[in-house]
Amino acid sequence: MTAADHFSSEPEDNQRENFQIVFVGHVDHGKSTLLGRIYADTGSIPDGHVEKVQDICRQQGKEFEYAFLFDAFLEEQQQGVTIDTARTFFNWKNREYIIIDAPGHKEFLKNMISGAARADAAVLVIDAAEGIRQQSKQHGYMLSLLGIRQVAVVVNKMDLLGYDEKRFREIEKEFSAYLKSLDVNAKHFVPASAREGDNVVESSASMPWYDGPTVLGALERFEKLPPRADLPLRFPIQDVYKFDERRIIVGRVAAGTLSIGDHLVFSPSNKTAQIKTIEAFNVPVPPSSVSAGWSTGFTLDEQIFVERGEIASLAENAPEVTSLFRANVFWMGMAPLRENVSYLLRLATREEEMRVTQIHHSIDAQSLQNAPSRGEIPRYGVAEVTIQTKHPIALDRYSDIEVTGRFVIVDGYDVSGGGIIMEPLEDEFQGFRQEARHRDFLWRKGEVKQSERVIRYGHNPGLILFTGEKGTGKARLGRILERKLFSGGRHVYLLDAKNIQMVLGRDLSETDKMEMVRRFSEVAQVLLRCGMIVVSTTNTFALADHQPIRELVHPHKIITVHMAFQKGSLPEKTDLDFLESENLEEAALTIIRKMEDLEILL
Amino acid sequence: MDHLERLENQSIYILREAYKNFGNLCMLWSVGKDSTVLLWLARKAFFGHVPFPLVFIDTSYKIPEMITWRDNLAKEWNLEIVVARNEKALAEGMGPEKGRIECCTALKTVGLQLALKEKQYTGVIVGVRADEEGTRAKERYFSARDKYNDWDFREQPPELWDQFKTKFAPGTHVRVHPLLDWTEINVWEYIHREKVRVVDLYFDQGDGTRYRSLGCYPCTGKIKSTAKNIPEIIEELRKTKVPERAGRAQDANRGMEILRKGGYM
Repeated sequence: MTAADHFSSEPEDNQRENFQIVFVGHVDHGKSTLLGRIYADTGSIPDGHVEKVQDICRQQGKEFEYAFLFDAFLEEQQQGVTIDTARTFFNWKNREYIIIDAPGHKEFLKNMISGAARADAAVLVIDAAEGIRQQSKQHGYMLSLLGIRQVAVVVNKMDLLGYDEKRFREIEKEFSAYLKSLDVNAKHFVPASAREGDNVVESSASMPWYDGPTVLGALERFEKLPPRADLPLRFPIQDVYKFDERRIIVGRVAAGTLSIGDHLVFSPSNKTAQIKTIEAFNVPVPPSSVSAGWSTGFTLDEQIFVERGEIASLAENAPEVTSLFRANVFWMGMAPLRENVSYLLRLATREEEMRVTQIHHSIDAQSLQNAPSRGEIPRYGVAEVTIQTKHPIALDRYSDIEVTGRFVIVDGYDVSGGGIIMEPLEDEFQGFRQEARHRDFLWRKGEVKQSERVIRYGHNPGLILFTGEKGTGKARLGRILERKLFSGGRHVYLLDAKNIQMVLGRDLSETDKMEMVRRFSEVAQVLLRCGMIVVSTTNTFALADHQPIRELVHPHKIITVHMAFQKGSLPEKTDLDFLESENLEEAALTIIRKMEDLEILL
Repeated sequence: MDHLERLENQSIYILREAYKNFGNLCMLWSVGKDSTVLLWLARKAFFGHVPFPLVFIDTSYKIPEMITWRDNLAKEWNLEIVVARNEKALAEGMGPEKGRIECCTALKTVGLQLALKEKQYTGVIVGVRADEEGTRAKERYFSARDKYNDWDFREQPPELWDQFKTKFAPGTHVRVHPLLDWTEINVWEYIHREKVRVVDLYFDQGDGTRYRSLGCYPCTGKIKSTAKNIPEIIEELRKTKVPERAGRAQDANRGMEILRKGGYM
């Protein structure tokens, strides 16, 4: 038989789908019994297994329970390991259900979260007799934070209350109001008795007042939600491949659709380029567009330097870029999350240093009321916080686009928390950044690409910015640097802000300093676009003005050099510092080495 | 997107995350259907390339057809194969008659450990699936192994929103499981759709038996089956209530729990 024969037969059945459902709820509210009943009544338990468990119960003088059946089934699948989230499988109609059984105990919340985060839907079990308990609410709250929008609530153990409709309606009313306040719409509330099999797989004769679906019916009614192709395009860059002559930008479309010819903007670098090809392996014709959910790759019409962590979008609907935002976070680390401690934030493919600048209040998952915080979030705590990242990042409100509106926090080696973005906040330089983004997105490029200039000139553009008091030798060092670079064949220009002020800033008064900074930066960025190295020595700007310059010439590389009469504290983000008394020839060489390190000089 | 496309795209995403985050990465390739699908997914993820070596654990008890088949494909697809063998144990006569758990531990677990140590791999891509057996149902996509290769399944960090464990202490490594959500049937459906080649041992070749799961010949049994092609295998699997690894002797008596905690794949 040849290999080809294995494929030659009737076409496969493509109607089937995998569907992941997480079962959550307070401990002892009957999840195992319910699952045992579902598996038994759908014929998913291996032959002879029910009888075997019944025999064991008889021998031990115990009444048979479906929970034993499920536990034994689990035991068989699990081989005794019972503590983590476990997956079991059963087929019903055209679905392969993957059931994630999340332990109700509080200490297993992180496992419940791992299970629930990948689920298509959730079933939350509440004991009719005990009513709504702590974990019922906490799990409901976590489902909402994790973005599980399809939820069915099973009110179990109805047999213990004589199938009383009044009690069921009370729980339904109270819990649906709770879920609604979390923006979770429970599709069904099912009164059931897992032990007696009422409304699990078969409709119950004991509850004629209920005309909704059974538990299995509720599972069937869950929909497989399509990936969000209807939203604005978000393509977080995962990697850039150069295995062959192609330079392929790869990643998964998080939202929207991308097509050949699209003019993409990349955030936060603000770079722009057009999609030339969409690449694929083992397809007869490469696709001309790709939608949300697909892992893909494309080439651009221009060799721009973009890297992992940036988000590609269309210009008219780009993500926000900021270093400050308000978020709701949940914490699972052993050590509490503390204010003003450095952690690593991961949002889509971006990794960035972060700290919580303020914990506004903890959120009590029971009451949804705010509780005061003590400057930290304990394990399994939830809080509303303000987060500051070291550099600006691209992000969205969670309510607009989920995938780019949520993040995790890494403490040491482990993911220890997660959060959703409620609101991007304006950091100090938002105005300048917005202006630069707007400018870059609309910038009309010439025929010659920047990558061509880099090849011709043998270096990248870059700005060397001198800071420090008057008379410390900034201008002297700047001139030495310009001369050395020029002698070395570099394209360099010494731009003194005084020259800009003289004409371009003629209409400005001393108090319009920010506007002066803006005009200077715009001139500098044009020179940088030309591929030049710009050396700036000036007393016009104070130290505080350097951040706006950064924002406006972003993403070009900047080296800040500080000069002083004597050793002292350095301004933030200083790359190099020298004393007035130092050998300036040596200092210039140090700056050149730094330019090589940062790959301004190639 | 249908269910196979969803699975495929998630697996490709995971493979690319592994490639980006682990400087010294390898993939285990047993020549079985699962790791061959994994290899195929890698070629899709990396546009026809396989940018890391494939580690083949050679117990010396593998079914001979598997070796021939491996070498043919390696040549055709330009694959870098690293053969991991516990030469010392083999020289001392290790074999299944010394105990199945002992044999698996020495030739597979220790064989793998030796290769990991020698090559200093920090990321190991493995084709295990959650539906295969119980301990695998507890795995994460990215699962930490400590410096003794131990797996602490009770204290696994959470894994959510496709943010995986890519930071790890020196001396430890991470197992990457791109096929975790696939079922046995999904694997066959995908092989059929993509026309991925698999070794003939999976099909009935006229004697009314076939291998459902491939391993070492002393410990892997054939099943009674007349499935001669993939649709027939899929049809058979939809009806069966017998676990996939029923023919694998090392699984009996909690064997997999013991093996996997100690670093077995």
